[in-house]
Amino acid sequence: MAEDKTPPRLKSAAEMGRIMAEYFKELDAAAKDGSRKIAWCTSVGPAELLQALGFLVYYPENHGAMLGATRMATDMIPAANAIGYSPDICSYLTADIGSYLNKKTPLTKAFGMAGPPKPDVLVFNTNQCRDVQDWFAWYAREFDAPLLGVYTHRNIGDIEPHQVGDIARQIENLVEPLEEIAGRKLDMADLRRAVGLSRQCSDLWKAVLDTAAHKPSPITFFDGTIHMGPAVCLRGTEAAVDYYQKALLPELEERMANDVAAVPGERFRLYWDGMPIWGRLRDHSKMFADLRTNVLSSTYCNSWIFTALDPDDPFGGMAKAYTELFIVRSDAAKEAYIQRMLDFFKVDGVIYHDAKTCPNNSNCRYGMPQRLETATGIPSLTINGDLNDLRLVSDEQNKTNVEAFVEQLEEGR
Amino acid sequence: MEAAEHGLADRRFAGIDIGASRTKVVLLDDRKQMLGNAVRKTGTDFGETADRCLDDALGAAGCDRRSIKAAVATGYGRKNVAFITETAKTEISCHARGCYQLFPEAMTIIDIGGQDNKIIKLDAAGRRISFKMNRKCAAGTGAFLEEMALRLDLPLERLDGLAREAAGIVELGSFCTVFSATEVLGHIRQGRAVPDIVKGLFLSVIKRVLEMDSLVGSVVMTGGVVAHNPFLVDMAREMIDNPVRTPEHPQLTGALGAALFALDAASHTEPDT
Ligand code: SF4
Repeated sequence: MAEDKTPPRLKSAAEMGRIMAEYFKELDAAAKDGSRKIAWCTSVGPAELLQALGFLVYYPENHGAMLGATRMATDMIPAANAIGYSPDICSYLTADIGSYLNKKTPLTKAFGMAGPPKPDVLVFNTNQCRDVQDWFAWYAREFDAPLLGVYTHRNIGDIEPHQVGDIARQIENLVEPLEEIAGRKLDMADLRRAVGLSRQCSDLWKAVLDTAAHKPSPITFFDGTIHMGPAVCLRGTEAAVDYYQKALLPELEERMANDVAAVPGERFRLYWDGMPIWGRLRDHSKMFADLRTNVLSSTYCNSWIFTALDPDDPFGGMAKAYTELFIVRSDAAKEAYIQRMLDFFKVDGVIYHDAKTCPNNSNCRYGMPQRLETATGIPSLTINGDLNDLRLVSDEQNKTNVEAFVEQLEEGR
Repeated sequence: MEAAEHGLADRRFAGIDIGASRTKVVLLDDRKQMLGNAVRKTGTDFGETADRCLDDALGAAGCDRRSIKAAVATGYGRKNVAFITETAKTEISCHARGCYQLFPEAMTIIDIGGQDNKIIKLDAAGRRISFKMNRKCAAGTGAFLEEMALRLDLPLERLDGLAREAAGIVELGSFCTVFSATEVLGHIRQGRAVPDIVKGLFLSVIKRVLEMDSLVGSVVMTGGVVAHNPFLVDMAREMIDNPVRTPEHPQLTGALGAALFALDAASHTEPDT
């Protein structure tokens, strides 16, 4: 009998859909009736502080990813290019601003929303890149809304106390202006609570991702990119904790107990470094499943693990968590990290995605694949593409590259 | 037994390489000797072209389809030839297999095709260490030379002869095929000699491939562009320290590798007893 290579679906997806829909409904209602203030925040910005001050938090990057996943992005990007935002910069930014200019959003079909909720304040952290700052600055001008930011250190090797101290101070300095916008004082108990919930969410998200170490893996990277929604948008809330604790993690544990593979007949285990190609998630998931190869772990999904968050030291913990982040680290620190992951997840090969418009998440441009291959003996493949701009993706090239890479792994066995 | 021996001797193995630009077929006997081969323009109907190309090769070898015991398809259209085989391998694996058969040593294969370039590294045992394909751009591929020949109003076949006649060389500065075309027109306006420009085009092709990866072992140059422009290999030899080799049929190594895989598969399923 021919083996069924279709990856089984995670049942928890329905519950995740429900809580994400609730999150967007709440945002939409607040934007309409003004009952709650709305803060726009970068995906690894100081969300916990915003929640503690009563803001509903909206993440434009999530919208960028939705534009990508629904394959709307490529049609939106040109409008942003036309007003001076280059096709070579972040295609989350260009897709998102293009979507605003075109008045078209995937939120309409998914949640019946006319558009993203209008911000009362925009808060960024440059830990990931400078593009977020420019992106938010455009909307700050458009909505005449205040723009606040945390300016990170870069190329960090070992984390130094002065770096953490500096970022903690920068976050503390946000309190006063944010209190003014929120119209209320910060209650430290609220901050501790938000940080505590965020930490719990992060620990659970880590537990979810760590299940991939099991052979066969019960989860794929592609599942991860979908199921990270709550870890990104709802961290600091009970909904996210409940989702991972009561739905997703038990489902994965059950799969492990019964050796249910996310990729039936798993032969090879790959690590993905770099952004997903959002518009090709399903195709890639199928392409790898057909090759009985599981891309099971990634730098990307792991980036929402914030183990340093500490309810007893909210500012210090946030500062440390948002400074430990992979993307701000030196190449040596990144390489040491990837090596640990390859070992922990028992990986046979690495795929680097060189995303044209996101140099920040493309780690293959300064010889890292070659250095890691030499250090670990684990072969790698670099594919060229983009997170959102499908004009930069060659499916045929990628397919041949991936198939040839799997053939190489077969020959090596 | 005589009958069995006769049966074995009749076994043919086909490798079909359906490239984006040309389709190539190689037929081997079970001693890995090439009995016939054929090349055709791929066109738009991959299946049809492969079918005809296979007939051409069978005609050249003087045998018919019934003698084909196994076939493997490769190249861009490798999934489009169900009429003859469901077994497909990527061109990367097939070039590696074909080249190692011809030159059993550690090597770097540089394949310059109609629409893409590949660099494949093999160790001394023929195991693939790594491979790279050109990025989305046609710079350095046959498509670049085709476009330039068009701009210069020259038939493709004349490029090699012209480059050999060059007294000097006109170097091009741009990566981009379109910008290069503008540059070339500029040089023509300035009255630069056409052979010097063509030699500059060849240099541009070599530079594009050399910047794709480092080289280990001997360098084996293959592909349609190499087959039709042997002067390119002479130029590369001057630029590369490693020994540079070319197979007798540079365009056929992918199809040869595919045929060898077909032979492997058949000998696994029907061991010679
Ligand atoms: S990290 Fe990359 S994808 Fe994310 S916002 Fe910055 S440039 Fe865009």
